[in-house]
Parts: sequence; C-alpha cells; structure tokens
Amino acid sequence: MIPKTTHPSYDVYLQRLAREKRLIKCGQFIIFICFFLFWEVSSRLHWIDPLIFSSPSRVANLMVRYLLDGSLWFHMRITIFETLAGFFIGTIAGIILAFFLWYSKRFSAIVDPYLVVFNALPKVALGPIIIVALGPGYSSIITMGAIICVIVSALVVYNGFHEVDANYIKVLQSFGASKWQNFKEAILPASLPTIISTFKVNVGLSWVGVIVGEFLVASKGLGYLIVYGFQVFNFTLVLYSLVLIAFLAALMYQGVAYFEKWLLKKLR
Amino acid sequence: MSYLELASISHYYFNEKHCTHALDNISFQVEKGHFISLLGPSGCGKTTLLSIIAQLISPTEGTIKLKGLPIDQHNISIGYMLQQDYLFPWKTILDNVCIGPKIRREWVTGDYDKAKALLAKVGLTDVVNKYPDQLSGGMRQRVALARTLMTDPALLLLDEPFSALDFQTKLILEAFMSAMLKDYQKTSLLVTHDIGEAIAMSDDIFLMRANPGSIHLHIPVPEHVRNLSPIEARKHPEYHQLFDQIWKEMNQLDTENDASLV
Repeated sequence: MIPKTTHPSYDVYLQRLAREKRLIKCGQFIIFICFFLFWEVSSRLHWIDPLIFSSPSRVANLMVRYLLDGSLWFHMRITIFETLAGFFIGTIAGIILAFFLWYSKRFSAIVDPYLVVFNALPKVALGPIIIVALGPGYSSIITMGAIICVIVSALVVYNGFHEVDANYIKVLQSFGASKWQNFKEAILPASLPTIISTFKVNVGLSWVGVIVGEFLVASKGLGYLIVYGFQVFNFTLVLYSLVLIAFLAALMYQGVAYFEKWLLKKLR
Repeated sequence: MSYLELASISHYYFNEKHCTHALDNISFQVEKGHFISLLGPSGCGKTTLLSIIAQLISPTEGTIKLKGLPIDQHNISIGYMLQQDYLFPWKTILDNVCIGPKIRREWVTGDYDKAKALLAKVGLTDVVNKYPDQLSGGMRQRVALARTLMTDPALLLLDEPFSALDFQTKLILEAFMSAMLKDYQKTSLLVTHDIGEAIAMSDDIFLMRANPGSIHLHIPVPEHVRNLSPIEARKHPEYHQLFDQIWKEMNQLDTENDASLV
C-alpha cells in the first residue's frame, strides 16, 4: 500500500478539477435549454413553419397524452424488443462467424470475397427481400436489425482474435492444448475488450436496421409512427417518435458503456 | 543410451516465394539431468530447434528420441519457458500455475495443494489469489517456472527466459533456477545469445552458426565451473578463459558470415 500523503497544492488541484467538471456540466445544460427554447420561440413566432417543425410544447403535450392512454409504452416496447433482439442475434451470430473464420484458415480464405461483398453492401437494401421472405412481422424487422451488424462485428472480432499474442498459444500448445482449448483459454478472454467495443457500435446499427424495417412494413413501433406521421402530415408525431428514439438509443448505448466498464474492471 | 537424442534434424520453412533452410543436419545427445545451452547469434534457428523438440512443429527431416523411443510416442509433458512469462492476465496466480494439468485433462483435486507447494518452493507464498500484473518481472518468471514444473516435464526447454529481466534480477533468477533444476534432476535445454549465462548455467554448450543453422562446436564446461552456482561460476578464472574462447569463436563466425553475405 502506498501511504496517503497530502500537500497544500493538492487541494487546489482538486478544487480546480471540480470547477472544471462544473463548467462542463453547465455548458451542456445551457446548450440543452437553448436548443429547446429556440425551437419553441421560433415556432411560436413563425420563424419556422410550426406545421413542419412543431414545437417542444406540442411534442410534450402529445407525450403526456400518449403516456396516459398507454400507447407510448405500447409502441416503445415493441421497438425496444425488436432492437434488443436484433442486437443480440446479430452480435452473437457475428462472434460465432468470427470463431469459424479463426478456426479454419481454409474456410476464411474461401468465404473472404463473399464477406467483402456482403460487408460493402448497404444491408437496408435487402429490406424488401427479407420482408417478402419472412413475412411482414417481427421476424423480418428483427432480421433487419441483426443482419446490419453481423458481418461487421464478425470482421472486427476476427481481427481481434488475430491480434492476440501468439506466445499465449505457444504456452498452451506446449501443454498439448487443442484448438478449442486455445480459443477458450487464450483467444476469447484476450479479445473480450474488442468484442465489447463491437457491442457499442452494434447498438447504433441495430437501431438503424429496426427503424428502417418498421418504415417498410410495420403497423406498430416508433419507426412506424414516424412514417405514419409523415403520411398524415402530423409532424408533431414524427418529432415525438424521434425524441423517444434518441433518448432510448442513448440509454442503450450508456447501458453498454457501463457494462463494458464493469467487465473490464472485473477482467482488470 | 542417452536420455535425449537428436539425429540429423533438418528444417526448412516454406512460403510462396521462398524455401528457407533454417536448420541443417543437427545431431547431439543429452544425458539425463544435464543442462545444455544452445548459444548463437539471432537467426541461427535456436528457437526453431526448441519448437521442434517441443513438438510444436515437426522437422522436415530427422528424428528425436527420448529414452530410446521416438518422442511423439511418449505421453510425456515437455516444459517450455519463453522470453517473457506469458502468464494469463485474467487468471489468478494459482489458476495460472494449474493450467498445465487442466489442459492435459489430468486434473486431480490434490493439484491445488501441489501448485501451492510449488509456489512456496519458488519463494512465493502469499500471491496465490493475486493477478499477474500485481507481481514484479522476477516474481512473474518464477510463477512461470512453477507453471512449467506443475506437469512434471520430462524435459525443460528454456527460450531465453531471462532476457526480459534487469541484470540483477537475471543473476538472482539464474542461480535460483539452476538450484531448482538440480534439485528436481531436470534435463534442460537453454537457448541464449548471452555467453556468460551459457557458461554459468550449463554442463555443455553447443555453439551454433547461422545460414543455415547448424552446430559449430561442442564445448564442455570444465568440471569445477559446472558444480558452482552461476554467481560463483562467474567469478572463476576458468569462466573468463572460456568466455574469451567462445567470444573469439563467435566473432570469427560473424566475420565469416558477413564475408559470405557480401
């Protein structure tokens, strides 16, 4: 243990640190207030068309109304479920694919050009085909959320597997380890940080997949509300959904970030 | 019959553009309990030779026999220590030491006690539940030694295990390792480019040359230097004599090598 020491200028340093933190929080708060204030004022004074851009108060009113009649929770629940399902399926499938790519060099060499094509392809363009194939329901929307992140996470994780120091494998092989043992004891634990970093990217990606999926086919969910609001020219509804999506996506991202911190701390 | 016998081992590395001759016709024998050093410049195939003996790669030509039987027909464990400890940072010290029997599926319940006893033997008692990053370089290399001894290896291969340590730690660890290996009667092969280390620790030294890697000279270490601990051996007059002799040989090889490359 290092003995606790102190010095008069250490307190000054701590104070300066606390002040800096306060200033940053303050700045963030001011931007938040200014944005909504400016939106509200410019909408009321008709600087912007309130029919198109609505206003924070109208969005808030709508939110309260939908919260009370339960439809907020209804649509939100569906979209959250689809996004989480897409995220988990896509990520896990990506990791499994990365495992096979790592396990067999030949397999990875064979599928390499197809992975390149599939990775470069804008996955949302597959939407109509997926919907026709799987039918207009949860399954096709979840597939959209999953397919958009599966290849990119497979490639990133596979790269991570390759960056593991080969000498760890040498240690295990000197004890006669099998390939699966190499994977379990060295490759997987050593690349956990890489795997978690793909989680963060995939949260964002599966939101894209699910919202586009809902645009195309759904009759419920936040993405559906955006398209519906657009079609009936109810832009308060569009902005209401947008605010909810922004909030939920940020929340999920933070959740993954906390999970990452916790896991890395556990792994030290 | 010798304990370990290498008979005309040759190895080539292949890739699309080249076929590299890494080892050429290497033969030597090691008696049980002896400590052998393979000394040579970098690129002379020392590590390749160790990997072949450890059965991590199979030689293009030649055979290795242990106690008269081809080495791959034994169900023995061969200990391999690398330049760095390569302890798994996410495992505790105890789990790191126990990895060998677990990988070999020979795990028995008493092995935790055996691991603790080995750790005590290498002078580490209160670290079992710590993680590798809480230990110093010398301590970590001692844990790596305990991990290697855990499977009772028939043969110990040391690939410059002291090269990443500071000089003082290196001397202490050399002495410690030498005493441990004598104690356990282990047959060991050390790969090094450090002349002093080779003389201080070994019974026999094989001086290697590069392009392709082959044995240039067999230098037995004088009896009374052998029996000293590495630190004592370094002070012995014959140590210095031998050092000079090997130094000259290595320089000669160097100039020959340079000349052949020009």
